[in-house]
Amino acid sequence: MKTNLKKMPNTQELQDLVFQVRRDILRMVHKVNSGHPGGSLGCTEFLVTLYNEIMDLKEGFDMDGIGEDLFFLSNGHISPVFYSVLARRGYFPVEELNTFRLIDSRLQGHPTTHEGLPGVRVASGSLGQGMSVAIGAALAKKLNGDDHLVFSLHGDGELQEGQNWEAIMYAAGNKVDNLIATVDRNGQQIDGPTEKVLPLGDVAEKFKVFGWDVLEIENGNDLEQVIAGLNEAKSRTGKGKPVCVVMTTEMGNGVDFMMHTHAWHGKAPSDEQLATALDQNPETLGDY
Amino acid sequence: MTKYTDQGKQDTRSGYGAGMTELGRTNPNVVALCADLVGSLKIETFIEESPERFFQTGIAEANMMGIAAGLTIGGKIPFASTFANFATGRVYDQIRQSIAYSDKNVKICASHAGLTLGEDGATHQILEDIGLMKMLPGMTVINPCDFNQTKAATIAIAEHHGPVYLRFGRPKVANFTPVDQKFEIGKAVMLNEGTDVTIIATGHLVWEALIAAERLENQGISSEVINIHTIKPLDEEAILASVKKTGCVVTAEEHNYLGGLGESVSGVLASHFPAPQEFVATKDTFGESGTPEQLMEKYGLNNKAIEEAVLKVLKRK
Repeated sequence: MKTNLKKMPNTQELQDLVFQVRRDILRMVHKVNSGHPGGSLGCTEFLVTLYNEIMDLKEGFDMDGIGEDLFFLSNGHISPVFYSVLARRGYFPVEELNTFRLIDSRLQGHPTTHEGLPGVRVASGSLGQGMSVAIGAALAKKLNGDDHLVFSLHGDGELQEGQNWEAIMYAAGNKVDNLIATVDRNGQQIDGPTEKVLPLGDVAEKFKVFGWDVLEIENGNDLEQVIAGLNEAKSRTGKGKPVCVVMTTEMGNGVDFMMHTHAWHGKAPSDEQLATALDQNPETLGDY
Repeated sequence: MTKYTDQGKQDTRSGYGAGMTELGRTNPNVVALCADLVGSLKIETFIEESPERFFQTGIAEANMMGIAAGLTIGGKIPFASTFANFATGRVYDQIRQSIAYSDKNVKICASHAGLTLGEDGATHQILEDIGLMKMLPGMTVINPCDFNQTKAATIAIAEHHGPVYLRFGRPKVANFTPVDQKFEIGKAVMLNEGTDVTIIATGHLVWEALIAAERLENQGISSEVINIHTIKPLDEEAILASVKKTGCVVTAEEHNYLGGLGESVSGVLASHFPAPQEFVATKDTFGESGTPEQLMEKYGLNNKAIEEAVLKVLKRK
């Protein structure tokens, strides 16, 4: 499957990484009393799997990313999980997670390229823009004769932004079949459940009628399901259709009091809450 | 006064098309995007000769800007083109986050800027685009004056790394700058040396400034005429050198006085050499339907308006 990964993590290694990344997320947002833990925790299994099991990555980082798979985070507010996974994958020192959201840091509140943080290829945060950028990068790969893939992640609430539907229409109409866009279907957004704020309805069906090949991961917090789902998604590329993965996750997953609510979308835990949360997630690879 | 000859009226957008044709033949990394306005942007030849390097996005400008940003990842140099209104105001946040803040090498190429779009009216006549684009950190803003200069600018920006806003227009106007000129981003072009007043013009107003200068010469007034094709970065040195000599300035542009070239010039003067300035620009208003000539007359953007502004500013010296 992969050719240039140094080692193939097994599920236990991925699970250890998941615990450690959750700890990173919690400690990062706690330290600066800001940031977005809920969505970050919900997408931990996905990003850990993507970067350590699914993507074909070169050593080091260059902006053009020719000859490797690319990832674009469209819902940039889940930067804590993105930064932790990038650091743990070796893009920059894990100690730098200490600087999250601080002045003069490369780890801005939302991911940017401006400070030159390795692993980030476009700024995101203002929602709805990432799919278009991912399509552009996928088109560049086709022009370059580079048969690597482009992955992207989108919040479900983010699909309320109209630009997504321009992009969804374009990708299908132009057979951008080297693109795998995953939707984090956690059903929550800042003001409450997505189906109350502005109903998204059947997301998978919507992508299908726009001409995408769609598969679903019923539990995006189950490592085995995420690995199987993303491998299945890869097998469907190159067949004339962009691939969409609708992945159901639980916001705040892994911390009992952060689950089943949108309350932790953009709120940091107190000292006491942090201690409780960390108790539920053992230190596996060493805190930064 | 230095004489300039109109080599035959042409539209600046055709200068863009001609530049794209050349880039298609000479630079394999250049790609073009358009949002359902291929004919208006005059890029048919590029598309015909390099179909694999053209991306038709349909009427979806936000997506076009994002795709353009993504194409740079992998080394492409995207030229994303549509009307100025849809290339700026409609997609400001996409340009801000995915292109400017992300330092993407995207060239935003905007036709039908300003009032000279004509009959379509104010919905399409953007007079705020220079301001919107110049406020973005890192964005280069260029407004060439004729066909030859637009072609040269199109070719030049492919060699410049970083986001660029290239603004041009719809009507056929005098084509008077040299064929195959070298275009230097950020370098003002001295068109006529003078001693009484500095006229700093951009875009379609440069030719009008030359006509005004000629009439003023007949009245014994010596005008220095400078073509500022690059509004950002602004050639402050050239502006200051001239105004220190003449002691007053008239700026002329097809744009709102708020946010335009005139405002940039006054900023330079306020900081380094305060001097009287008159603004030939629209006065915080939308446009309307009409012929380009009627609109330029009604909104005070022609050679007559420049002449009047010079006479006014001279009294303030």
